[in-house]
Order: sequence, then C-alpha cells, then structure tokens
Amino acid sequence: MLTRKEVEEIALLARLYLDEDELGTMQGELGAIIEHFDVMASVETTDVPPMTHPLPLELPLRLDVVLPSLTADEALRGVPKRDGDLIVVPAIIPGSES
Amino acid sequence: MSGPPEFWTVADTAQRIASGEITAGRLVDTMLSRIANVDRELGAYLATDGDGARRDATEIDRRRKDNVALGPLAGVPIVLKDNLVTKGLATTAGSKILQGWIPPYDATVVEKLRAAGALILGKANLDEFGMGSSTERSAYKKTRNPWDTSRVPGGSSGGSAAAVAAGLAAASLGTDTGGSIRQPAAFCGVVGLKPTYGRVSRWGVIAFASSLDQVGPLTRTVKDAALVLQVIAGHDPRDSTSLDAPVPSFAAAATGDVKGMKIGLPKEYFEGSIDADVRAALDRTIKALQDKGATTVEISLPHTRLALPAYYVVAPAEASSNLARYDGIRFGKRADGTDLLDVYRKSRGAGFGPEVKRRIMLGTHALRSGYYDAYYKKAQQIRALIKRDFDEAFTKVDVMLTPTTPTAAFRFNAKATPYDMYLGDIFTLACNLAGLPGMSVPCGLTADGLPIGAQLLGRPLDEVSLIRAGSAIEAAVGLGERRPAGIGGI
Repeated sequence: MLTRKEVEEIALLARLYLDEDELGTMQGELGAIIEHFDVMASVETTDVPPMTHPLPLELPLRLDVVLPSLTADEALRGVPKRDGDLIVVPAIIPGSES
Repeated sequence: MSGPPEFWTVADTAQRIASGEITAGRLVDTMLSRIANVDRELGAYLATDGDGARRDATEIDRRRKDNVALGPLAGVPIVLKDNLVTKGLATTAGSKILQGWIPPYDATVVEKLRAAGALILGKANLDEFGMGSSTERSAYKKTRNPWDTSRVPGGSSGGSAAAVAAGLAAASLGTDTGGSIRQPAAFCGVVGLKPTYGRVSRWGVIAFASSLDQVGPLTRTVKDAALVLQVIAGHDPRDSTSLDAPVPSFAAAATGDVKGMKIGLPKEYFEGSIDADVRAALDRTIKALQDKGATTVEISLPHTRLALPAYYVVAPAEASSNLARYDGIRFGKRADGTDLLDVYRKSRGAGFGPEVKRRIMLGTHALRSGYYDAYYKKAQQIRALIKRDFDEAFTKVDVMLTPTTPTAAFRFNAKATPYDMYLGDIFTLACNLAGLPGMSVPCGLTADGLPIGAQLLGRPLDEVSLIRAGSAIEAAVGLGERRPAGIGGI
C-alpha cells in the first residue's frame, strides 16, 4: 500500500498535477494494482539477465551527411508560444522573470 | 467476392479499380456517404479527410486513364488509428493534450500506404495513447461494437476494428502494445495481425511502450491482412529498431494449406475462466485444423501467469518515459503556470485522462530509486523467462493456437476496477513481451451473436505460418458472409 505522501512524491516526479480527489483515488488504485506485482517476487531470477528488448540491439550508424528534413518553421509550427524561431517558456527558476 | 462496395475486400477493391469497373472517385464518395450515415452512431472515426481522399482518388483515376501503373493498394479505402501521424491532418492519439496538433510529416507506414495508392479516409478512435482495452478511455468519444451497440469494440484500436467490421473502410492500421490490434479484432469479428517486433517501422507512431509497440493491419480477410502487411513491412533506416530482414510474399501464404503443420496448444491458455462459447469455438477450430491435416500438440508455457504483472510494470515504465515529452512546451496544449515546473504539471494534469495518469504514476513508481530492482528489473527478468518458454516451445511446434480473449465483447462500464480491465488482456500480452508475431482470426459467434477470435502466435519473422494457419481457420470456421446486424446494415 502506498501512503498519501508517496503518491504526492510520485506525482511530482511524474510532473503531474493531481487534485485532492485524484490523489485519493490514485492512492487506492495504485495500491490495488501493485499488490498484483508481488507474485513476481516468488520467482527465482538470480541468474536471469534482464530482457530490455525483444531484439539483440546493435546501434546502427548512418553516413554523416545532411538529408532532407523539416525546416525550423515546420518543426516549430505546433509550439503553443513562440517568438520567431524561439520557444517562449515561463521562468525556469521560481520567482524570476520569464 | 460480391456484395456492396462498402464490404469489398482489399484484394477485390484493388482489382475492380484496376479493371475500371468502378472509379476511385465513385468509391470514395460511396465510403464517405456511408461514414456520414452510420458513424454518428458507431463513433469509429475521430476525423475524416474527404478532401484528401477525393484528391488522391482523382489522381488514381487519372493514372488509370493514362495507363500509368497503379500501386498494389490503388483505390483501397483505409482508416488509420489516430496515433499514426499524418502530415497536415490532425493527430490526437485520443488525448486532449494533443488537441489541435497538426503533424508536419507522415509516419513511414502512412508514406508507404500512400505510395501504394491507398486512399486515407481518416483517423480512427482509440483509447488515449493506446492505453485501454475498450476504447472507453478515448478523451473524445465512445465507439460502439457494430455487432451489438450496447457493447465495446475492444481496444485500444477499437475505432480501427469497428470501422472495418461495419464497412466504413476496407482495411485499417492499428497498433498493438499488449493486444491492441488482436483484442478489438476478436471483439469486432475481423482479422488483426500484430507483426514481429521490428517488422514494421515505428517512425511516426506515437510511442506508448517502445519495446512492445508494433503497427499492423485490421481487415475482413486473412489475405487482406497479408496484402496490407506486404506494403507496410520492411526496413526503415529512420527506426533504429526496424529489422533489416527479407520480406516474403505474405499473400501467397493465404492458401489454407496446413497439412503437416504442427500447432501447439499452450495448456496455460486453456485453463481458468474462459467463457464456454469461446471454449467451444476453439474446440471446433482445433478439430477443423486437424481435419485439414495439421497435428496439434499440447505444450506448456510455464511462466504465463507472470506475463500480466510483468507487462504492467514494463509498459507503464516505458510509457512514463515516452510521455514525458508532453509538457506543454513544444506542441499540444499549454496551461498557465507560475514557473516552468508549474506549467509542466498543470499542462499534463489538464491534458491527460485518468488511465494515462494512472500508468504514468505506475511507471514512475516502478522506476523510482529503491523500487527499481523489485519491480522494473524483476519484470525484465521475468520477460526473459517468458521469452525462453516460447523459444523452447517453438522447437516443437510451428505455431501456437489460443483464444484471443477469455470472453466476447463486454458491455460499456462493465469493468469495475482498472485491474479488471487489465485481466482481459491475459492471452495477448506475452506475445508483445517476447516480440513475436500474433494474429486474431474470427472463429465463430457466441449464442448471443458476438464474434469470437482465435489467436495464432508464431516464431519471430514467421508471419507466413500465421497467415497459412489463419486462412485455414477462416475457410473452416470463419464468419463467411455474415456481417454485423447491429448497425447500418446493407
């Protein structure tokens, strides 16, 4: 079972604002789901290498040449607030000017 | 095959367009008119692109007139799950956080469909970001099951499955992270094929869980699934997880010939609470395959019961990372806030729905310092054990046959808790964890007239065997000419 404080911490790590009702619901629901994970602890896995991916991944490399791609304007078209080719964001440090 | 154009197969449509029996322009108008008449009630489409489809149809008709070679899907009307990005056409992933976003590029699979001459009719509804099994988690609308409108179409590719079942497209593309193509295909009485991980490019697919996601077709026949897969399969240098492997002729495998094929029946998939009608349909399917010369062998996949908890650690963990990009800064909706952190939290709090928030929270928790070994690492080790089970079983059999789902389509609001909903995925998850190809093929109806799906699982890159066995099932116990009576019957 997760405490209310733990749920608040997870929400902060997840960059999610949850209101009071959501925090309460989440506490109950996450706790109930996590209980079902306990069965995994009963399986001996000491010598089993973790499988991160279905394929043996090799890092593919390509030639270091410029290929056709989006223009800056196309890439930035979905930005909610922009100034030319710059993205406008609010203050990064709380209390400072944006 | 005959019948009205709305229910022509992919193969049939392409042939009739090529022969000039119908123009692409007329077919598009017929399809758009049916969508306008039927989809208000069905809710399969989030958006239609009538102008784009008519423009492309005109081009196909012009090419035909000028004797220019047509692509393999020329004139075939297709709908795309709305987590596949489409240049100039709004793409939402079923989420409010992407409302109004117009992508500046096409996904590789969309490029390939367009190049093959397919007519993109629009975008299909889905559970938000692919997270759900009923399409009830779409932030936009409810999609109904065409066989019984009081029931869900399944999910997360519910709009894709419902559209194909109801004759609102000849084929659709869906994505499958834990069963999201196969389960709605089973619920809506259509064929759904999840290719081997890496067979189809994920470039331009809105990521849910990157080591599990795969794009595939939903169609009314097995051969149609093969034809669409043929077009979308293949290496893509823009996706580093795309496999550089030869692509065989899939449609040539739709022969129904299973003579000598060894079909494994994993006993863990036939134990427990399977609906009696589903069980009986599977028994008839097994018998039919034996009658056609296949041998069936009982096998064991001992770690099956661990697939559900392992999946619900791995998938949310990957999702929590993938969905970090939705922060209100570069695209999507931005909420007002006092500083950057406040903007992130409020944009995400307002933009994501409850299931997405739940999975982000779950994944964030599983990756937290202090919990990582107990949850994430452990789940990855169990994933390795599940893969080993399959590797070993596939030394004895060519394909495996299981039910796609424990029950047929359920009613709206039938699942009391999130975990109840997750339990419906027990037969489809392991396939994604192991990266295998899987297919759901209709194998009969329940006493209430609801479709039942048989699932085939294959060795990596052996979609051909699935298509071969699937076409045998289709011929013996498939739905034939039966169509949903629940909505817009023709």
